[in-house]
Amino acid sequence: MRYRALLAFLAAIVAGLMVVSLLVGPAGVGPVAGIAALVDGKGALGLVMREIRLPRALLGAMVGGALGVSGAAMQGFLRNPLAEPGLIGISSSSALGAVIALQSGFAAVSVLALPGAALAGAVVAVALILMLAGPRGPSLTLILAGVAISALAGSFTSLVLNLSPNPFAVTEIVFWMLGSLSDRSMQHVAMAAPFMAVGALLLAPLGRGLDALTLGEDAAEAMGVRLTRLRLMLVLGTAALVGSAVAVAGAIGFVGLVVPHILRPFVGARPSRLLAASALGGAAMLLSADIAVRIIAPERDLKLGVLTAIIGAPFFLHLIWRTRGQIA
Amino acid sequence: MSVCAKVSKHLRVAGLAFGLLTGPVLGAPERVVSINLCTDQLAMMLAAPGQLVSVSMMAQEVESSAMAIEARAWPTNSGGAEAVFLLRPDLVLAGQYSTRAAVDMLRRLGVRVVQFAPEASFQDARDNIRKMGQVLGQQAKAEEMIARFNRDLARMTAPGKRPVRAALYAANGYSAGAGTLATEIMAAAGMINIAPSAGLSAGGTLPLERLVLAQPDVVIRAARYDGTSRAEEILDHPAFRALPTDADAVTGPEWVCGTPKLVHAVAAMVHVRNKIVANQ
Repeated sequence: MRYRALLAFLAAIVAGLMVVSLLVGPAGVGPVAGIAALVDGKGALGLVMREIRLPRALLGAMVGGALGVSGAAMQGFLRNPLAEPGLIGISSSSALGAVIALQSGFAAVSVLALPGAALAGAVVAVALILMLAGPRGPSLTLILAGVAISALAGSFTSLVLNLSPNPFAVTEIVFWMLGSLSDRSMQHVAMAAPFMAVGALLLAPLGRGLDALTLGEDAAEAMGVRLTRLRLMLVLGTAALVGSAVAVAGAIGFVGLVVPHILRPFVGARPSRLLAASALGGAAMLLSADIAVRIIAPERDLKLGVLTAIIGAPFFLHLIWRTRGQIA
Repeated sequence: MSVCAKVSKHLRVAGLAFGLLTGPVLGAPERVVSINLCTDQLAMMLAAPGQLVSVSMMAQEVESSAMAIEARAWPTNSGGAEAVFLLRPDLVLAGQYSTRAAVDMLRRLGVRVVQFAPEASFQDARDNIRKMGQVLGQQAKAEEMIARFNRDLARMTAPGKRPVRAALYAANGYSAGAGTLATEIMAAAGMINIAPSAGLSAGGTLPLERLVLAQPDVVIRAARYDGTSRAEEILDHPAFRALPTDADAVTGPEWVCGTPKLVHAVAAMVHVRNKIVANQ
């Protein structure tokens, strides 16, 4: 089975990158001592491995997976390779939701309040996009709607942070726009995990319906796919995944664009198979980016979105070039 | 030749006018405006009644200003050149590096501006107190203040026990390295700042991993601001909370500027140190 081999290969890459992620950090811990400390959790080194590096590696895989699978699902539903959570404004709307929750104090009410607010922001954006772009999601409408939503959400985020009484808040506009995994803790893992699980459960059964959709809506309905239900599950699933990812790591762009684009030929362009493959591929891409930022500029907290954009923007331009016939 | 001579004559005239406007003023200034948090405090301490006309807005902020209450007696300014000029000052007190544009503008408008370098040591603090005394014409008061500062510090010098290993930690993993007021406050209280040897970067940040592995005896936290920020979340990180700390091991506005209020910061740290030594 070529598909299973692909998944096994990607899973092995993710596992390898997680180990590398655990062993990279400013403290320069040896691999053997590091893994031993991770297992027994004793002393200062145990604290570093379990409370600082482990959550970072876990979040890298979780956030990357969430972004990859969201991109694949959106692209399958809209049958448009340009649909990506960051590009069409879902990430920036989530960031606005998260920032409002943090600055209003709502985030302190419950652990779930922050990802919940980010999810609400994401739902608004996904619903707006689907409303504006229509069932087929023509590229031009999709991208223009995304530009408008991103700009609006981004400026409101800046406004809220500018009005904060906290002098540090205003410098965090960059974090919300470009994302980072520095100094995250197990609290953030616990915060994101439930929402990501729900999102994954909502998207997992959509594979068959998305496959049928490649033949067109009428054909899909004739095959017994309930489109309204599919759409609702897609909106909520994507929003849960992107919302929780943004709530803990900020808006990281292009992962959902690049990963499905690379993997599509390997799964015979079948959306159902692309979902799982993109989840693993997204995890691998984000873990690699997070390892790279720590090696390139160990103490500068270089933002992840900088790296993913450097890799992703050329892909985006290439896709525009390829689909320019449709856009016009 | 003649062109050159003409130009140089113009330059001389211009220079003369410039010298008249910005040269040393005879007698003490009568309308002094301060636009920097640290010069605000020194001026409030040293100026004669009525001599200081306005202080910066930050002077009234309790998070940053060690004299926030006293500063309410003065009108504040935003530090903008226009607003300051309208106060018709005959002397403006400013910091060395901040508000560059405002300082340049005020000088072009012919206002005398004296800049004070930020204090990186107790000696810098003494130098700035003396300088402030000179520009305000309050030399005697300044010398008296320095003498009292020295006496208070000498009284606080910790007995020769094993120094406590400490590190300062604030939002974004910011820490204080060698050649800072914070390090000298710690040293005066019998603490060794471990941040430089733990690998403090040039940016002034110390990765949480390195702080944890350096195993300090006490971590001195920065007081938190209102509102929330991701920068301050690091102070809630489980790995940070596992480090030894103390309810009183918190920095405050006294740590910011080189004024005699530094003595309060030292006293607080002596208190923390004594508690830690007693528990060992």
